[in-house]
Parts: sequence; structure tokens; C-alpha cells
Amino acid sequence: MAVIKITEQNFEEEVLNADVPVLVDFWAVWCGPCQMQGPIVDELAEEVSGVKFGKLNVDENMSLAQRYRVASIPTLLVFKDGRIAASAVGLQSKDGLKRLLGI
Amino acid sequence: MSEYDVIIVGNGPAGLSAALYTSRANLRTLVIGKDQGALAKADRIENYFGLAEPISGCELVENTKIQAKNLGADLVTDEIFHISWNQDFTLEGREGSYRAKAVLLATGTSRKKADIEGLSRLEGHGVSYCAICDAFFYRGRKVAVLGNEEYAVHELAQLLPVAGSAALLTDGKELKAKVPEGVQVITKKIRSVDGEEAVTGVTFADGERLPADGLFVALGSAGAVDLARKVGALTDGRSIQVDEAMATNVPGLFAAGDCTGGLLQISTAVGEGAKAAMSMIKYVRRDG
Repeated sequence: MAVIKITEQNFEEEVLNADVPVLVDFWAVWCGPCQMQGPIVDELAEEVSGVKFGKLNVDENMSLAQRYRVASIPTLLVFKDGRIAASAVGLQSKDGLKRLLGI
Repeated sequence: MSEYDVIIVGNGPAGLSAALYTSRANLRTLVIGKDQGALAKADRIENYFGLAEPISGCELVENTKIQAKNLGADLVTDEIFHISWNQDFTLEGREGSYRAKAVLLATGTSRKKADIEGLSRLEGHGVSYCAICDAFFYRGRKVAVLGNEEYAVHELAQLLPVAGSAALLTDGKELKAKVPEGVQVITKKIRSVDGEEAVTGVTFADGERLPADGLFVALGSAGAVDLARKVGALTDGRSIQVDEAMATNVPGLFAAGDCTGGLLQISTAVGEGAKAAMSMIKYVRRDG
């Protein structure tokens, strides 16, 4: 499944109102570990169905980072029914992401 | 900026062993060492291959340094604070910056994490281990850096242009670096890092409180795990995750010796250094 670019404009529709769990990767261009997290998320998105994957650039969407108290990146949040169901701070392996999603 | 094929961070058995192989393979090799490391404390080494008589750790390392130099490796004394990756690597140290196609982390085990109440619990919620990564979130806010050496001052320098104010907390340790003017330095022991959902401040052993929105941990010198985390290598917090070729998940970044966990013996470090060197030779040649 393709990874969606999450923004302040589509956050509600793509994340909060989604009918499947959504894993959102909070990242930025200048963050070294984020550059490594991106491809891991891409790879998992190719393998897993029934889950939506999104990336949120904190530089462009600071209000969402603030709203979810993101203070360190990468931060990975799993949303279910509009609420945070799981979270992890710092680079996660593919297995780490799977554990986060409970799969 | 000095440019190399391979930069090895750490001049213990793993790092120097790797340097022997990469320089013999004609790769431009630089070994960056800070001090003698764990082996400086070993007076008599009796369980290493080829020693008719016991030898001290210092002597073993010094001998190998000469051996590496004779094979063409450059050796410098410096302390690395940060590594970034963008097809190749840039290393920032106290004495200068360096560039390489491949990097080996071989700085030994990282020291114990600070055992301060609240520190682990608030990681990612105000407690950070990377100023360059997270300074952005503290624009105009009050932050503190935990540490007492050059590494802490380096992290402070990343935060000062962004944060509203920054203090340096040494947690009872002696300050061993020059701090920019205007930075508040508190040398008292810390009792706890406070906050429910996010950091609100720090309480010292004497009960005094310092309000802060963020606490950046930079204790001692930047160890292999700190550097690995900043460049985006997977760690389990104490050791760096490598595959059987000593490669991390970052293309061109390798790790060997005590910083990968395991046996903590000279022989295994030397073996891992050799393995990592073979992988780096392959990587640099394939990459051109």
C-alpha cells in the first residue's frame, strides 16, 4: 500500500476518520534517524494490508506535532478510531513497527 | 576538510585491527582516537594469541598503532560529537571535520546511563539524546543540557541559537569544558526529572527546582551508541545492531568490538574489526 503524505489539511480525513489503524511517521528533512526510518516504513507498507501508513513532516505541520506532544523525531504514532493506540520515539526496526501495530 | 575512503572511530583492538586491513587494501584510512580506552587499565594480558610473555594493554595498542601507520593509515587524536550521512559521511569533532565513504564505529562500550528518576520515562517527551534532531521543538523555550565535558558544550551550541534559554547541569560532576558566556551552569546533584506527560523541570538533591521544557542528555563523551543513534543506526540502547558482516542499517556504516555487545574480549574485537574491514573494502570498491 502506498504511504500517504499527511498534512494539516488531510489529517482528519486520512487519520482520525480512517476505518483501519493508521501508523504515522513524524519526521523532518534535517533529522538523520528520520532518513533511515522512512525506507523502513515504506518497506512495511508494501508487506502489510489492513493498515494505513502515513508520513508527517513536522516542519510543515508544526501544529499537529504540538497537538500530539511530539518533541523528538522520529516519533511513530498508531491511531485507531481517532485515538493514539500505541507510540514509539526513536528509530524503529521493521519488527519494532510490527509490534507497535500488534501484528 | 580531510577526506578518506574509510574513517574508523576508536583506536582500540577492533578499530586498529580494521585499519590494518583497509590500509593494506590501499584504502585511504583514518583512525580517530580519543584515549587509550578500556585496555589502558589492563596491566597484563595473558590470554591473547601469540604472546610468549604477558604484555600490557597500552603496549599492545601502541604496537598496533605503529603497525597501522607503517601500513599507511593516518592516526589522529580527536573527539567526535556528531556523524551525519548523505551518500557519504561527515564527522564533526573537536579539532575539525572529516569526510569518508565508509565509517566504522569502534569506540568500545558506552558508559552507564545516568540513573536519574524520570529520565527514561520522559524520553521523547522532553528528554532527548540529540540536540541537532530535536532543537527545532524548543524554539524560544527553556532547555537544559546534562553533561560536564566538551560533548555537552557541543550539544549546547546546537540549542543556543534556537532555545529561549539554556542551562548546563553537571549532576554533581566537575565541569571539564569551557561554557559559552551567559550560560547558567549548575553543578549540584540532580534528584529527579519532573513532569507527568512532558518535562516540566529538574529537582536537585537540595530540593531546589529548575523549570525547563527540555533536557538534552550529553554525559561524558559521545559513545558509539550515541553517534549511531544520531546517524540513524538501530541500537538496543546499549549496543549497536549489526549483521554478520558487521554492517548497520545505514549504508556504509559498520560497527565492531565492545560497542556491538557480546564477549568484550580483545580476540573477538580484533576478529570483528577484520570482518568489518572486509565489508568496508567491498563497500568502498563497489561504491567507487
